[in-house]
Amino acid sequence: MAPRKSAKKPNVSAEELKAYYRDMLLIRRFEEKAGQLYGMGLIGGFCHLYIGQEAVVVGLEAAAEEGDKRITSYRDHGHMLACGMDPNGVMAELTGREGGYSKGKGGSMHMFSKEKHFYGGHGIVAAQVPLGAGLAFADKYKENGRVTFTYFGDGAANQGQVYEAFNMAALWKLPCVFVIENNQYAMGTSQQRSTSSAEIYERGKSFGIPGEAVDGMDVLAVKEAGEKAVAHCRSGDGPYILEIKTYRYRGHSMSDPAKYRTREEVQKMRDERDPIEQVRSLLLTGKHATEDDLKAIDKEIKTIVNESAEFAKESPEPALDELWTDIYATEVPQEA
Amino acid sequence: MATEILMPALSPTMEEGTLAKWLVKEGDTVSSGDIMAEIETDKATMEFEAVDEGTIGKILIAEGTEGVKVNTAIAVLLEDGESADDIDTAAAAPEAAPAADAGNEAAPAASEAPATPAPEAPRTDSTPDWPEGTTLKQQTVREALRDGMAEEMRRDESVFLMGEEVAEYQGAYKISQGMLDEFGAKRVIDTPITEHGFAGIGVGAAFGGLRPIVEFMTFNFAMQAIDQIINSAAKTLYMSGGQMGAPMVFRGPNGAAARVGAQHSQDYAAWYMQVPGLKVAMPYSASDYKGLMKTAIRDPNPVIFLENEILYGRSFDVPDLDDYTVPFGKARIWREGTDVTIVSFGIGMSYALAAADKLAEDGISAEVIDLRTLRPMDTGSVIKSVMKTNRCVTVEEGWPQGSVGNYISSVIMQEAFDYLDAPVINCTGKDVPMPYAANLEKLALVTTDEVIAAVKQVTYT
Repeated sequence: MAPRKSAKKPNVSAEELKAYYRDMLLIRRFEEKAGQLYGMGLIGGFCHLYIGQEAVVVGLEAAAEEGDKRITSYRDHGHMLACGMDPNGVMAELTGREGGYSKGKGGSMHMFSKEKHFYGGHGIVAAQVPLGAGLAFADKYKENGRVTFTYFGDGAANQGQVYEAFNMAALWKLPCVFVIENNQYAMGTSQQRSTSSAEIYERGKSFGIPGEAVDGMDVLAVKEAGEKAVAHCRSGDGPYILEIKTYRYRGHSMSDPAKYRTREEVQKMRDERDPIEQVRSLLLTGKHATEDDLKAIDKEIKTIVNESAEFAKESPEPALDELWTDIYATEVPQEA
Repeated sequence: MATEILMPALSPTMEEGTLAKWLVKEGDTVSSGDIMAEIETDKATMEFEAVDEGTIGKILIAEGTEGVKVNTAIAVLLEDGESADDIDTAAAAPEAAPAADAGNEAAPAASEAPATPAPEAPRTDSTPDWPEGTTLKQQTVREALRDGMAEEMRRDESVFLMGEEVAEYQGAYKISQGMLDEFGAKRVIDTPITEHGFAGIGVGAAFGGLRPIVEFMTFNFAMQAIDQIINSAAKTLYMSGGQMGAPMVFRGPNGAAARVGAQHSQDYAAWYMQVPGLKVAMPYSASDYKGLMKTAIRDPNPVIFLENEILYGRSFDVPDLDDYTVPFGKARIWREGTDVTIVSFGIGMSYALAAADKLAEDGISAEVIDLRTLRPMDTGSVIKSVMKTNRCVTVEEGWPQGSVGNYISSVIMQEAFDYLDAPVINCTGKDVPMPYAANLEKLALVTTDEVIAAVKQVTYT
């Protein structure tokens, strides 16, 4: 089945299109800035950038309702920005500062926001998949009508616990959208070299979980598929799989020399399929926005991102006694 | 304003690198994402992309230069309308990364302490577990454990039990007998045989506001799930800066049963005890199984509850109280004595108590301490006792290297060294995988006779 694409003349308002443009641009500029701060030594350790994949989270967030949950892997900055977390808090966590979402104790891969129903930020490939099914389990138990978006990559799709989670999610009809962000490379190993089947979403078939492939560079197609998946979950029919075919422009992490693919391959994707350029072109050709309108958005984003970088540099390192806090809870945090 | 382009750090450990090749020249315009240079790190040659758009005003470091320190200015980027002449006045000094030596301030001030005075006996809580005059009833560990869980499930709707064969089969070891009937299939849930997966679902459900009890048919199978237990359940509270954690219980039989061979006979006490973020209980008596289970379910942290199959059928006095709980971190002194302290927990207590009985016949008075929980561990009660007896033997079923006893020995050395009249001896299981043959299995386990021999050794009798 060819990946879902949006209609030639999509039924979408100027405001929606502008919002997607803005949200995707925020992620891109934020990630570029993060890369820059990494280069300056202000961000340490691992830093996995989301550049190229922006349409996935922006499209799916457009299909989510208030109270729905999301959980993902270590390539998580885009998800946090898309669900409305504060760029200052995210960037300050990247620099390991007190103002970060985890007070500097989590880092790039481990951030959470109870308020925005963002459950991390998980550094062990595929561990978030059963966790996401568990969040959906809690929602079903409480009968609150919520849906959980459980994101993982094409690499994680080869971990056994994914299929353990599929089995139980289908068995217990858990309201969980399994989102496979197929960026075609598991670190440096291409899908062809790591994965026996070309269509990962089809793996749900043996569990009775419906799924489909989606063009992940087309934010409108992602949103449309997300709406269908969410409706399925919310109606009590159990989980749904979306395999979103996307592409990561940058390396797996900052220290990736990218010898496993050609520069031309990346450039071609950027030139021909870029998700932000696609929306930009829709906005301009549909006369939904002028060059000046878009410049104003660019400027606004630049300001937000620069402010987040300033905040992340100026926020102090955590107090030394933070080493010893948050190891044990004294009371159960209330569910947001 | 013209900005300096700095030599980037391209790996977590990079301090300097070689500027192998410039792919742009002065006067070129670049936009975000364009590759400007190739930089060789200690690991690989990496492409270096532009972040901001602008014109390359000046290249400051020629290609081929080796040993370029991270954060050195390598080029100057001009914005629209600027010329290379502006360069001298532009570009602030590179911002330095935060000082990495801040941690030094955290060094303990121990060296400033005055010469060590004789340590005071630690303050411990030695109140009895139940008030005098309480009616007691005989119950098996199995019944007490079920009662503990059922009482908490009646009390809190968000508590549920999941695991293999916990519902319709009534529990592989009949621990959850009758619970499906009382609480229904929503709250007593049979899982497929899929430990890694259902442990993860349990942790996710705890993140989502429920209070799961995850039963492992035995803790041997929890090795398949240990990533979820440690990386997801134990660490999330810390990694989230206190925003969310996993209030839940992982429980099941641990240690050797009988004649089930190496893969089904392992004691994980020392493994889990090591992990900050987890609490670990390993009870011996039925009253503790009940009281500690109720505390475990109410605790806002992930608790590892290590049971023992052989103990399931043993009967003990259990107080007939409406809401009987036992706090974590409070050891129980089963037997007071003056000549030696025997410290144990879980099934090890059987050997410790049997040894104490026999030693009494020989005129040796042993004090027997049941730790009950290993994290938190009531080392205070151990130290207090050793200050009195001056000798200590630890007893456990697990392997010797990195054992619970090793840790207790080290605490005693640091806190009561001057009180010791003999080295502490750790009685443990033998350093072998569990054999199947009946005679060899017996040899592999810790025995009462070994505990007696150890006590005789430390008391020089």
